[in-house]
Amino acid sequence: MIRKLTLTAVTAATLAFGGTAAVAAGEGGHIEDIAFSFEGPFGTYDEAQLQRGLKVYDQVCRACHGLQYVPIRSLYEPGGLGYSEDEVRAWAAENYEVYDDTIDDWRPALPRDNFPAVTGEGMGPDLSLMAKARAGFHGPAGTGINQLVKGMGGAEYIANFLTGFTGEENEVAGQYLYENTAFEGGWVSMAPQLFDGLVEYDDGTEATPEQMAEDVAAFLMWTAEPKMMARKQAGFVGVIMLVILASLLYLTNKKLWAPHKYGKEMDL
Amino acid sequence: MAGIPHDHYEPQSGFGKWLHKRLPIVSLAYDTLMIPTPKNLNWWWIWGIVLAFCLVLQIVTGIILVMHYTPHVDMAFASIEHIMRNVNGGFFLRYLHMNGASLFFVAVYIHMFRGLFYGSYKAPREVTWIIGMLIYLVMMATGFLGYVLPWGQMSFWGATVITGLFGAIPFVGDEIQTWLLGGPAVGNATLNRFFSLHYLLPFVIAALVAVHIWAFHTTGNNNPTGVEVRRGSKDEAKKDTLPFWPYFVIKDLFALAIVLLIFWAIVGFMPNYLGHPDNYIEANPLATPAHIVPEWYYLPFYAILRAFTADVWAVQLVSWITGGIIDAKFFGVLAMFGAIFVMALAPWLDTSSVRSGKYRPAFKWWFRLLVIDFIVLMWVGARDTNFPHDWISLIGATYWFAYFLVILPLLGVFEKPETPPETIEEDFKEHYPDAPTAAE
Repeated sequence: MIRKLTLTAVTAATLAFGGTAAVAAGEGGHIEDIAFSFEGPFGTYDEAQLQRGLKVYDQVCRACHGLQYVPIRSLYEPGGLGYSEDEVRAWAAENYEVYDDTIDDWRPALPRDNFPAVTGEGMGPDLSLMAKARAGFHGPAGTGINQLVKGMGGAEYIANFLTGFTGEENEVAGQYLYENTAFEGGWVSMAPQLFDGLVEYDDGTEATPEQMAEDVAAFLMWTAEPKMMARKQAGFVGVIMLVILASLLYLTNKKLWAPHKYGKEMDL
Repeated sequence: MAGIPHDHYEPQSGFGKWLHKRLPIVSLAYDTLMIPTPKNLNWWWIWGIVLAFCLVLQIVTGIILVMHYTPHVDMAFASIEHIMRNVNGGFFLRYLHMNGASLFFVAVYIHMFRGLFYGSYKAPREVTWIIGMLIYLVMMATGFLGYVLPWGQMSFWGATVITGLFGAIPFVGDEIQTWLLGGPAVGNATLNRFFSLHYLLPFVIAALVAVHIWAFHTTGNNNPTGVEVRRGSKDEAKKDTLPFWPYFVIKDLFALAIVLLIFWAIVGFMPNYLGHPDNYIEANPLATPAHIVPEWYYLPFYAILRAFTADVWAVQLVSWITGGIIDAKFFGVLAMFGAIFVMALAPWLDTSSVRSGKYRPAFKWWFRLLVIDFIVLMWVGARDTNFPHDWISLIGATYWFAYFLVILPLLGVFEKPETPPETIEEDFKEHYPDAPTAAE
């Protein structure tokens, strides 16, 4: 509670910009770099990892966290998790119920529905965009050069957070807080969730907490940025076309100016 | 168009003559495109084209985004995700628009510093400069309004802080802030009016750009030497200039292609690098983010805003003289707008007889320091206000004002400038000794 009060005081000071706003330094905020397959211009999602991540979300996270912006059909769409439409249709109907306004009742989920939102007392924030709403180390000295090289670090944050519990806990005003090395401020109301062998992976991968944390972090990167592959592809096509265009314009410009700069035509 | 003598459009066909008598539109286009342009323009002169491109890019992508966006506090954030996930190519359009704003500001800052170095603001181009400063102000407003529309945490709290600046105006501040917001706090009314204005202002910019171009087509372009084009006769003018089409159009398009290459790579590979992660959290009036940071392009002026705290003696003095009407908060707001205002006054503050910074040995160094000052202010604007950041922003802000209010006026008196070349032709020949004597 004290911590919360300090935080509120800090933000109030930030708002009253005349004051000297302090940033709550202290514990937490420690993010280790993790090499994910989707980093860098050539990076792609690892389909098997996304499938494992979905399993972790489905069996662990969804109890308290929704994915309200993610359409279920994106699981089989291009750039998705590589399932077929029929697999996803059957899986959604079996696993999720959604409230349908038109029939004023609950019904099994269809691919056109989004993953349900999870709200209510004690529930956590929606995870659809979490991997873009968090970032890794923005340094050195606030320059962001690190992120330029290694990426924004949202998935790193999630994986570090899930494995960052120290085991220390603290009761403040009836609420339990758990110490976490990644969480800004150091204490968080979510309890540690990942334990050895918590899920059974279909591909036989050993379900260590680190493995599950990385898998679900990759999956959440995908839920935040499902069009990443298409975006990078458009990036490449555009860059290549612009290189060609720039080369042609360079030559055109050179030829055009040659008589005025050198008094003669340009030899090609 | 007045100014440099050159060939004008002569209608050839019967229809051409008929139309020319009624609406000389072809003539307008011809004169605009064929304007004699100093042939020694260097690569710093390409940013105008980049800016024109940015305006078109933002309007085109913006109009398509509007087709899918919903300006309502309960739906705005979700409608952006709808664009990102369900609209064909929507994710790319949105990233183009988002990063297009950054490209726009990169270009405008380089364009402005080019003008400051080569003395493009000096007589007879003061009006071009003033219109340019107006465009910059409207750009800042448009960028701010647009940043509110996704209705993320930074959108909401940025809007709260920035409209709070108007709340600092003595006596009527609260009323003005309420009037701007359409209510006591940022809410649905705010989002709707910001959306409406964000759609309107780019067209205001387009109109101002037309006037900006009109103004410098009347005076002619400045150039790296700052020496005017000779305009005694057409032949004389031709020795110093080449027509804008095709020589400068192709040159500028080449440069634009290079700039777009980098821009496209950023959009394709790292579209969120320049944004703030907090804006992927939906706006929540009950949870204030730990640090509220404006977009990077406002940071230098944001740093100036925050630099003048109540412990600065100048602030205390002004507060004492005005009987507390100008407090530290209002002082900061005045400083921020003042920092832009002194830039607009540059044509009258610069007393030097030589136009281009190329031939001003002392000015060069003060100017370089100004560029460094700008970058330092941008960096410190994103930091907290603890020591030493408070001192850095205060020194940076002080230098900004000193450059315009003290250094520019004094340099003209004390500095001994070098002699610029007699003509543009002479300067061009220095670079290209084989250039033919007279352009045909």
